[in-house]
Amino acid sequence: MKRRDFIRNAAPVIAAPALLNGYTVKAFGASPFLDALTAATANTDHVVVMIQLSGGNDGLNMVIPLDQYGNLANARSNILIPSNKVLSLTGTTATGLHPSMTGLQSMYNNGKVKIVQGVSYPSPSFSHFRATDIWTSASDSNQSLNTGWMGRYLGTEYPNFPSGYPNATMPDPLAIQIGSSVSPAFMGPAVSMGMAISNPNSFYNIVNNVQDTADLSKPWGKELSYVRTVAKQTQAYLSVIKTAAQSVTGQLTYPANNRLADQLKIVAQLIKGGLKTRMYLVSIGGFDTHSAQVDATDFTKGAHANLMLQLSDAIKAFTDDCQNLGVGDRVVGMTFSEFGRRIKSNASGGTDHGSAAPLFVFGNKVDGGKIVGNNPTIAGTVSVNDNVPMQYDFRSVYSTILSHWLCVKPSDLNTIMLKNFQDLGLIQSSASCMPTGIHEANQKAGINLISNYPNPFVSSTTITFTTEGGHTMVQIFDMMGREITTLVNREYEAGTYTAWFDATGLAPGNYYARLQNGFNQQVRNMSIVR
Amino acid sequence: MDRKSFLTAQAAQAKPNGIKQLNKTARTNSTITPYAGVWGETQIIQLLKRATFGAKISDIAYFKTKTMSQCVDELVTPLAAPSPPVNNYEGKTFNGNPFVDPDGIAKGATWVNAPYNNDANGFRENSMKSWWVSLMLNQGRSVTEKMVLFWHNHFSTEINSYNDVRYNFKYLATIRQYALGDFKAFVKAISLDPMMLRYLNGFVNTKNAPDENYGRELQELFVCGKGPNSQYTEDDVKAAAKVLTGININNTTVTYNFISANHDTANKTFSPFYNNTVITGQTGAAGINELDSLILMLFAGKSNGQALPEAAYFISRKLYRWFVYYDIDATTETNIIAPMAQAFYSANWDITAPLKLLLKSEHFYDILNFGCQIKSPVDYTIGALREFNTVIQNADIAVNYDTWYTVYALMVAFQQAIGDPPNVAGWPAYYQAPQYNEIWVNTDTLPKRSQVMDTLVTNNYGLIPAFDVIAFADALSNPADPNAMVSDTLKYLLRIDISQVNRDYIKTTYLLTGQTNDIYWTQAWNLFNVDRTNTINKNVVKSRLQQMIKYIIDLAEYQIA
Repeated sequence: MKRRDFIRNAAPVIAAPALLNGYTVKAFGASPFLDALTAATANTDHVVVMIQLSGGNDGLNMVIPLDQYGNLANARSNILIPSNKVLSLTGTTATGLHPSMTGLQSMYNNGKVKIVQGVSYPSPSFSHFRATDIWTSASDSNQSLNTGWMGRYLGTEYPNFPSGYPNATMPDPLAIQIGSSVSPAFMGPAVSMGMAISNPNSFYNIVNNVQDTADLSKPWGKELSYVRTVAKQTQAYLSVIKTAAQSVTGQLTYPANNRLADQLKIVAQLIKGGLKTRMYLVSIGGFDTHSAQVDATDFTKGAHANLMLQLSDAIKAFTDDCQNLGVGDRVVGMTFSEFGRRIKSNASGGTDHGSAAPLFVFGNKVDGGKIVGNNPTIAGTVSVNDNVPMQYDFRSVYSTILSHWLCVKPSDLNTIMLKNFQDLGLIQSSASCMPTGIHEANQKAGINLISNYPNPFVSSTTITFTTEGGHTMVQIFDMMGREITTLVNREYEAGTYTAWFDATGLAPGNYYARLQNGFNQQVRNMSIVR
Repeated sequence: MDRKSFLTAQAAQAKPNGIKQLNKTARTNSTITPYAGVWGETQIIQLLKRATFGAKISDIAYFKTKTMSQCVDELVTPLAAPSPPVNNYEGKTFNGNPFVDPDGIAKGATWVNAPYNNDANGFRENSMKSWWVSLMLNQGRSVTEKMVLFWHNHFSTEINSYNDVRYNFKYLATIRQYALGDFKAFVKAISLDPMMLRYLNGFVNTKNAPDENYGRELQELFVCGKGPNSQYTEDDVKAAAKVLTGININNTTVTYNFISANHDTANKTFSPFYNNTVITGQTGAAGINELDSLILMLFAGKSNGQALPEAAYFISRKLYRWFVYYDIDATTETNIIAPMAQAFYSANWDITAPLKLLLKSEHFYDILNFGCQIKSPVDYTIGALREFNTVIQNADIAVNYDTWYTVYALMVAFQQAIGDPPNVAGWPAYYQAPQYNEIWVNTDTLPKRSQVMDTLVTNNYGLIPAFDVIAFADALSNPADPNAMVSDTLKYLLRIDISQVNRDYIKTTYLLTGQTNDIYWTQAWNLFNVDRTNTINKNVVKSRLQQMIKYIIDLAEYQIA
């Protein structure tokens, strides 16, 4: 750790005065001085790698709720992974992984993977485009933003970009996306923080030679080739990227025929090569599995199984390689997909667009080997419209990574995320830049923090919830994930309270109540019968 | 050496040198014969991208209903003079106060007939530059603006060199008037143009102190050129200068003024290139008539063995480089330049004759001549604003002018300041072998170009409104079909074919956000169409179109027309 990093990270928690170069360290707690000393940007060498699973990943066949297996078998008998094939996870018998994911299984069991259950947002969109836009912009469901959440983050850290960049302090691209266009997630307040004159995509193209050939024997080919030559020269970042990439040798072997692994290999190379770039985005498509997501004769095989295999193998190879290259402690990654898929499978051996789904957060410094949240409760009878309930807002995951891993100040966090989201911890407290005592949500597993009576009910029910004090929220959702109402949303003293829920006018069916309090959340399934 | 001669000396080393040696790039054997093939969008786009700034989709549709010959005839028809620039500066801050036109010219009224005023001059210059941009943006279906720029590059003067906007405006009016007219009459007019007389010292060329500047450029840059067959001599330069002695400027009327006392009345003898012509010295007011004799002689100058006067070849080559490609090999010289020169000569130097012949030729529509011009800054900037139908229409005319000025400033940043070419030879990109128009694109200008266009796809650039990508998509054949969307967009924006693999890449990555099923785009477009006031549904398609267009205009292919 560089000295400046040390000062930056250590200063807020040092209570007693101490001397450092003659200055009282406590004085560094006053932020203007500290900011001046460490420049305006949060000085961290931490890197975030986002892995986008395009198409909507079937979370129920990826992180399998074994304690719901019977009801799940009713709902998706033609695709469900046989329970004896599900990969087990240390410390739990209730949850397991898709049989293809041996890589992630071993990482989880070694404490390098954290699973976040039921990630979505209120009133989710079932459209690929709209849902992708929501995930990349981190907007509300009914809000349209022109900036991306990573772009807003980078815009806060590097407010004048691209003017004055690259420079001595930040000689490298702010964000790099491998293998595709620059995601709207990188769109900053004025320009894309991932692009400017340097298109990371063209780097990928140069590396991989994906470009139509210019026929030099023709006048058009001669001129095209000329412009391309200049374009390469003007890639302000090209030489630093190339130098970084070329300086790295001795990478481990990555799985063959795995597009995601190809991309992550470049990311590892660039991190090791010394780029100060903080955010990388890689992506893999094919998750839109409306039909034939499994092999008809062996449900552990097929299209989705191949995707699970590629994802798991790629992350494992990448993590091992980062470790091997000596940069493992600097990297945290996460997966995301625009939505999960429906609980009930369809007749063609696939699943339709759904809402909440689990995601993985991985890396040496992740508070891993644990699951945040609970298995979704699957009803005995599941209709085609029923969805996995939301437990965590995806923006809580972003927000937590920004504050705990990228050391974004609380005041900036609100600017970037546009409101205050639940802190999920996620990072080991020893590595976190927010040294808070993290209460683990799963420590509360088995304790009912929220219940209702009667249940099922006809027109109203009383919801009982327990809070540890502080901000407490109770929301009611339907099975499409639409937020019906926010029953409770204020500060409480620690204790147990009740709230009355009037369901007059609501259609019969399954609903759920979600409690959020500090690091804790719990979901209670409820039914209206008439 | 004064500044002008210094510039001229510099330019002399880099002036056009006629026929370029064959390089490794294959040229073509196609001829000047009228094109008789398919008259489709590809051909119309070729015509419009070269004859106007950018090919507007509406213009392409319009010309589809006509024959090739009708299209060219319509494009090459001379237009009436446009309304002049106006007072857009009334009330702007000047020395801390709101500026009031010193001649009482109201806002919106033209200043072009006003006397010189030191305070107003800068404002009026900017008004004129903005006005010129507006004419380019609103050029309509005419080759006029491209020819005005051609002649500005040919008969170059610099606004910077003499800050009196009356001169600058008259010069522009002259090149506009003759842009599609009689080249010989044009040469006479430009020889007497007050701005040109200032710029090349014609107004100080006297019997006792001849100044050869204009006499030289008249032959070297304006009429005969520097080709191997342009064999005028140093003595011809001196003799021409003597013919032109005595011409002066009336600074009140801003017209030429002949002072016979300053005219050299001796006979002027020229070289064999001009058939040993002797221009008889004239006395008194008749001295100015020697100019007519001089022009007659210049337009007859030719080398032994050449069929036609050199001027016919010289201007034809320059037109060819402007409209087709910079590389003129021996085949092109025979097949294209020679017949153009013949047409020019036979039509008594009517410039539209060789121009029409070229634009109608099978050579012009030869696929090997597609996509081989690197866009000039003007082509790049004006072309993009026209192709994306940028509308600059504000209630306050001053805002329009300011917006046009923003466009002007962009072209300056891209290294083409209209009104101020680098020197008398024009912009090097039009004559400097071996790079020619490749000079426009370098490590400084290419990122600037891309950044501006990148911004305009999503945001306003200063006063320039962002591209309306929805309107762009609406004009395409089938916006609901992502395949048609990609191929139409590529067809209208690029001149170089994109492989199916990359078309699929663009479709999948941008329109389908990584999905493989086309229906997702179709659904999104149709949903947007159900209720166009729904912002969220609109942004779903809009943001995807923007990303696709950003990608396409960021390709090297977009730099080429």
